[in-house]
Formats: sequence, structure tokens, C-alpha cells
Amino acid sequence: MKLIPGAVVTGGTSLAYKTGSWRDQKPIIDRELCKSCGICEEVCPDDSVKAQMGIYSIDYEYCKGCGLCAYECPAGAIQMIAEQR
Amino acid sequence: MTTVSLNNKESLFVSGHRACHGCGMALAVRHILQATGKDVIVVTPTGCLETFTSPYGFSPWRVPWIHHLFENGPAIATGIAAALKAQGRSEERVVTMGGDGSTFDIGFGALSGMLERGEDVLYICLDNGAYMNTGGQRSGATPFGASTTTHPAGKCSTGKPQSKKDLPAIIAAHGVCYVATASVAFLEDLRRKVRRAMEFRGPRYIQVDTPCPSGWGFSPELTLELGRLGVNCGLIPLFEMEEGKIVSVRKIKRKVPVADYLKAQGRFGHLFSNDAGMAEVPRLQESADNNIAKYALEATAAKGSSVG
Amino acid sequence: MWPDVVIEGSEAVALAVKAARPEVISAYPISPQTHIVESLARMIANGDLSAEYVRVESEFSTASVLAGASAAGSRSYTASSSQGLLLMTEVIYASVGMRLPFVITGVNRAVSAPISIQIDHQDTISLRDSGIIQFYVESVQEAYDLHIAAFKFAEDPEILLPVMVCMDGWILTHSYERVSILEQQEVDKFLPPYRPLHFLNVKEPKSWGSYAEDDVLMEFKYSIHSAMLKAKAKIEEIFQELAEISGRDYGGLIEAYLTEDAETILVALGSVTGTIKDAIDQMRAGGKKVGLVKIRCYRPFPYEDILSAVRGAKAVAVVEANFSMGCEGAVSLDLKAKLCGDPNAPKVIDFIAGLGGRDVNIKSVCEIVQKTEEMLRAGIATTESCWVGLNQAILP
Repeated sequence: MKLIPGAVVTGGTSLAYKTGSWRDQKPIIDRELCKSCGICEEVCPDDSVKAQMGIYSIDYEYCKGCGLCAYECPAGAIQMIAEQR
Repeated sequence: MTTVSLNNKESLFVSGHRACHGCGMALAVRHILQATGKDVIVVTPTGCLETFTSPYGFSPWRVPWIHHLFENGPAIATGIAAALKAQGRSEERVVTMGGDGSTFDIGFGALSGMLERGEDVLYICLDNGAYMNTGGQRSGATPFGASTTTHPAGKCSTGKPQSKKDLPAIIAAHGVCYVATASVAFLEDLRRKVRRAMEFRGPRYIQVDTPCPSGWGFSPELTLELGRLGVNCGLIPLFEMEEGKIVSVRKIKRKVPVADYLKAQGRFGHLFSNDAGMAEVPRLQESADNNIAKYALEATAAKGSSVG
Repeated sequence: MWPDVVIEGSEAVALAVKAARPEVISAYPISPQTHIVESLARMIANGDLSAEYVRVESEFSTASVLAGASAAGSRSYTASSSQGLLLMTEVIYASVGMRLPFVITGVNRAVSAPISIQIDHQDTISLRDSGIIQFYVESVQEAYDLHIAAFKFAEDPEILLPVMVCMDGWILTHSYERVSILEQQEVDKFLPPYRPLHFLNVKEPKSWGSYAEDDVLMEFKYSIHSAMLKAKAKIEEIFQELAEISGRDYGGLIEAYLTEDAETILVALGSVTGTIKDAIDQMRAGGKKVGLVKIRCYRPFPYEDILSAVRGAKAVAVVEANFSMGCEGAVSLDLKAKLCGDPNAPKVIDFIAGLGGRDVNIKSVCEIVQKTEEMLRAGIATTESCWVGLNQAILP
């Protein structure tokens, strides 16, 4: 693809790079324990927790497995398990 | 694919950036932009934030963004603000987000000039206490006693012998309308301060403590925990000044000893491994206690609850 | 057209900049450019010019303000000299790379140390690798006209590079000359408002200042060189348009003065070319076949035009006020590089004259020509530069 003079880049194009490949552990949300407080979504540095009508889920395409969501969850609803590849 | 964040607003800082696992800075940026909204032009000097958000062709910034050089963030911001004024574009605002290396050291002259001239720019320093992008060299923001790659602990060294530069005080001395400190551990407080800062016109400054798992030596899920420890031991006082007067502080509900904060980080490990190191800890405790006294951070039943 | 006025060179430049309708001007003092920014400040203070004027705390910031303003879509301007230009070097390289157009007046002054506020070209020549387009002017009139054209060169969508108009400090900035001023409506027709292809704005969020891996960096850099090469033809076109509104035809990237039958041709930049022309007239009256190639546009380097003008000569004497320590003068190096391999190329001899403001007058020019002819006759093959008028007795 032809370069843009000045190396100007359209915003949002980082979505083409899937940081999920960086993981060696992944968060699993236990729906029974989850209280939909939204803290997991709030503390994710990679914007990888998505909410849809009160249901929180992990976007595994980008989640780097840092563990912040699991650590900060007040309900203990998120476990980090080893990534299988 | 639309990405939505809290409040169902479209994310202005999307996934796919190359920050380290658990990066405090990346988390702070998400919340800063949530608070400013989309009508901002962001300037970032060279540093971690610039590097992990700008490999050619991959930008997470859904706001207009420019990285120029390391030492001129405030001057680039000044130029943009001047252009906006000349073009009558009053709804678009300028926000500079720079690391401590750029803000405390190499860009300090440009920052002082920007403040002195009264430019309408919100300057946010994302402070991880070293030149982390290049591997963790010491900066003017590195705390006393921290081991960095250019001032490592060793047989003849206990790490940095100077205290952290009190930049918020220096900024306040310029007479600007809004100066605040914040922490990535208290995200609603950070968002509130950014929203408040955006209500003013003129130079404004917010310094955000952004713990760095890679550079400070802790496991990435503990980023917010480290932030809380830093605030609750008193080393990172959270306050807010408007027109030169303190208008709010975050009270410490449960004070923790400075040693708890230090022991949680690899960069202070040497302070607990020998006598020379141990002798430095009281100085940090004193520094924390001085902050608590100076900013009246101790929560008391009579005085009411903390803000934010 | 307005009647001619007799004004200080700096004032003429300020009038040209004013006519170009910049939106952002940044300023930091350094002799001998300060009169330019002061003139602009007075115009603003009296309501004669409407622009955002930023009084920064260093030249690093003067250039940075221009970069930021340009990225946000505004036409912007500053002036500097010597130490100030060196300080803004990093900003110029970065702005070239990001294709941010703006105009700087490089008021030529020697570079420290020892410190000197007198003229030479070391400051602007030091920026020759950066990608900033550089012009050198002979007179105040030329400075006035070129400043107006400079914005058009910079903002042309196929060029999009910062432009520097270099003029000798004191000799041009502080002397009074008769200048013909253009009417504002003529300037407005020639130079419409700046319309950038991309600029920082919230409707179309884009990111400037990426880092490039090794698979694309060479191509980014080549694209700048390529833009500079294409700029040569564009610059000539714009000079033509300028000639149509001003009645002054500058001829383009170079000016060839009496070169057609010349045996010795001098090559020079800046105000010294005026002195050289007077010396040539005198020598011609005495029967010598001498000519001058005045390089107006130094970067991009117009070697095709220079070679075409000098090909018939036996010798070329480059007269320059700069030096690449440990090697040779820059203009001579550039010229020799392009002549290399041409079997009919004239012999090139490099003369370093006028560093730190040392006077170069008609007598010294005649001596340079004489020395060139002697060396040619004696078949001297030295490539060492000749430092004109060097006082051997005081050398340490």
C-alpha cells in the first residue's frame, strides 16, 4: 500500500493489530458471580472488556492477559487461567 | 466493529496499542479522553505513550493527535492553540499528554514558557518516574532511593540520592488557574479533575501517577494496588488547586507505612537487603509524613469524608 | 502598483510577510533578524496586521510553534539567525519529515565560537541536509518578492515543505533600499489562503508523527528528496507567475550573468553577488571574459541549470562564506560532485571569502579571478580551498 506523505495515519487503525497474541494467561468471567458492576471494563488498559446490556465479556482478540480485571473484581468473578495454544 | 466503553460512548482510545501488560499510562489515557470528549487535539511528546501508539499504520487515537519531538510538546501545543484562535475554532481544545522525562526534564523550558504566556492548553503529565521508553533511566521525577539503569543500586550506591522534583509546586508558582495531582488508582477522581480542568481557559496542569509494571518491577495485575499504596502512604499526595488555592485533597482513610509501598516494587528492593539501604527508608517516610501534614491528608471524623 | 518606497530591509521583509496574511507568527530575538519580528509586532500593536503573535522562550519553540500551527492548518512564519537556526535544526528536520509547510527568514550570521554577529552563511548552509527549501537573495527587493513567493512554494500540494529565505544580516536587513511594493489584491490573487490536504481537526481524527520501521523509512526519506526534485519545475512556474504580477522576472533557480562566452565563471550566493556583478563589469571593460552564476535556490540544488551555464568555461571559481571543517566549502563540494565524470567539466576552485563579516569588495573579486587564471595556467591541481585574505602572521 502506498505510503502517505508525512506518515499521517487514520485514527483507530490499531484495531488491525490483535494484541491477544501477547497473552500467556486469560481471564474467564463466571456469570453466576458477576454482579455487572463494570469495574473490569473500567480498569482494562486495553479497552478489552465489552458490555452489552449489562453482560460483561472479554474481547480475546485484544486482551493481553494482564490480570487487572481479575485482581480488581470485587465479586471474585474473574479467574486467570493459563492460555492454551 | 464499533468499540464501546462505559456509558456506551464510542471509545476514543481503542485496542491494539502496544503498551505493556497492565500499563498505568494506557489506562489513564482511556479515562482522560472519556472525560474530555472528542473535541480535543492531543499532543504527545516522545516517550512511552507516543511509541506504543504510533507504529506507522496503527493508531489507537480516535482524536486528532500529533507527536513531533521530545522537548517541544508545550510549544507544539502553543502553535496549535494559536492556529485554532486565528481560525476561530473555539470549540476544539488542546491537550498535551507527556511523560515525566519530557515534562520534568527536556521539555521543562518549553513548559515554563507555555505557562508564563498563559496558553490555553491542558498539560497532563503521565508520571511513571523514569525514562521508561528507553529502558528505565533516571529522570527528575524519579523518587529518592529508586534504582534506575543510570543510577542503579550497587555496592557504592543506594539509587537516586535526590528527591523527586516538586513539579506541581513549580507549575503553581507560575500562577496558573488549575493545578492538580491524580492517580490511575482513583479513576473517577481523575475523570472529575480532567472535566473540571476543561471548564477553565488558560494553562492547566494535572500530574497523574501511573505505576509501571515493567519499570517498577511488579506483576501487572497490581497496577492499581500500587497506585493506592502510593497515595495511602502519603508519598503521592492528591490535591487540587484553583487560582492558587487548594480546593480539595484526597484524605487518606487508612494510612500505610511507606515500607509497604516500597517493598511491593523491584526498583526499591535494595533498600531492604542491606544496612545502607535500610538507612534510606526513614527519609522516604519523613517525606510522606511531610506531605500528609502539608496537605492535611489525614482523614478525621469531624472534618468529613475525602473528595472523589 | 504602489509607488516605490525607501525602507529598511527588515521592514521590507515584514511588509512582504504581512501581505502574505500569515495566521501565526512566532518570535525570539537574535541579531541581526530582530528588526523583522519587531516590525511585525508594531504592525500588530497598531492593528495593521491581524495574526496570532507568540513570543516564545527559545528558538526551539519558535520553530515548534510554526510546526504546530501548520499541522492545525494555519499559515505561519518566523525569522532567525546563526545560533537560533542551529537550535531549531531538530525541529526543521522533523517538520520536513511530517511535510509541514511554513516560512522562515534565515538572516545570515556567523556561528559561534568565537561568537560573531557579522555575516557569513555557515548557519543556513548547515541546514542543507534537512530538506528545507533554501533561497539566497541579492537585494532587498529580491527579499521582498521571494518572501511572498516562499509561502506559495511551501504550501504547493506537491511540495509541502518548509521554506527558508536567506538574506545577509546587516547588509540587507539594516540598509535602506528603494523597494517596489505590490498591491494587496495582486498578492491575494497570487497567494490564496492555505488549504492543507490533511490538518489536525476533530471531524477527521488523524495521527501525525508515527515511527517507521526499516521496511518503510527509506521510502519516506526518498519521497522527500523526490518532492524536492519535482519542486524545481514548480518553483520555476511560480517565479513566472510572480513575474506576471510584479513585472520583475527573476529567471528562476539561478541567474546566469554574462556566462555565455565566459572563460572564468564565478559561482556565489547572497548579497556578494551584487559586488561580483560590479567587479565583472569592470573586468569585462578591461577585456576579461568573466561571468557569474548566482545560485538563487540552493536546495533543491539546481545542478542541471548550473552545469548548463558553466559548461563552456575553462574554470569555475566558487566564492563562498561557509566551510565544512576538515574538508571544503559546501557549494564547491556540491558542484564538484555533480560535475564528476563529465570530461568537459571546467576546473573548479574553491574560494572561502567573507567569514565573520570580512569585507568582500570589487578588488578581492578581481584578485580571485586573477588567482584562478594563474592556477589554471600553472596547471595547479590542488583541491584545497583558498581562504581569501587569510592573515598568516596571526595564525596560532
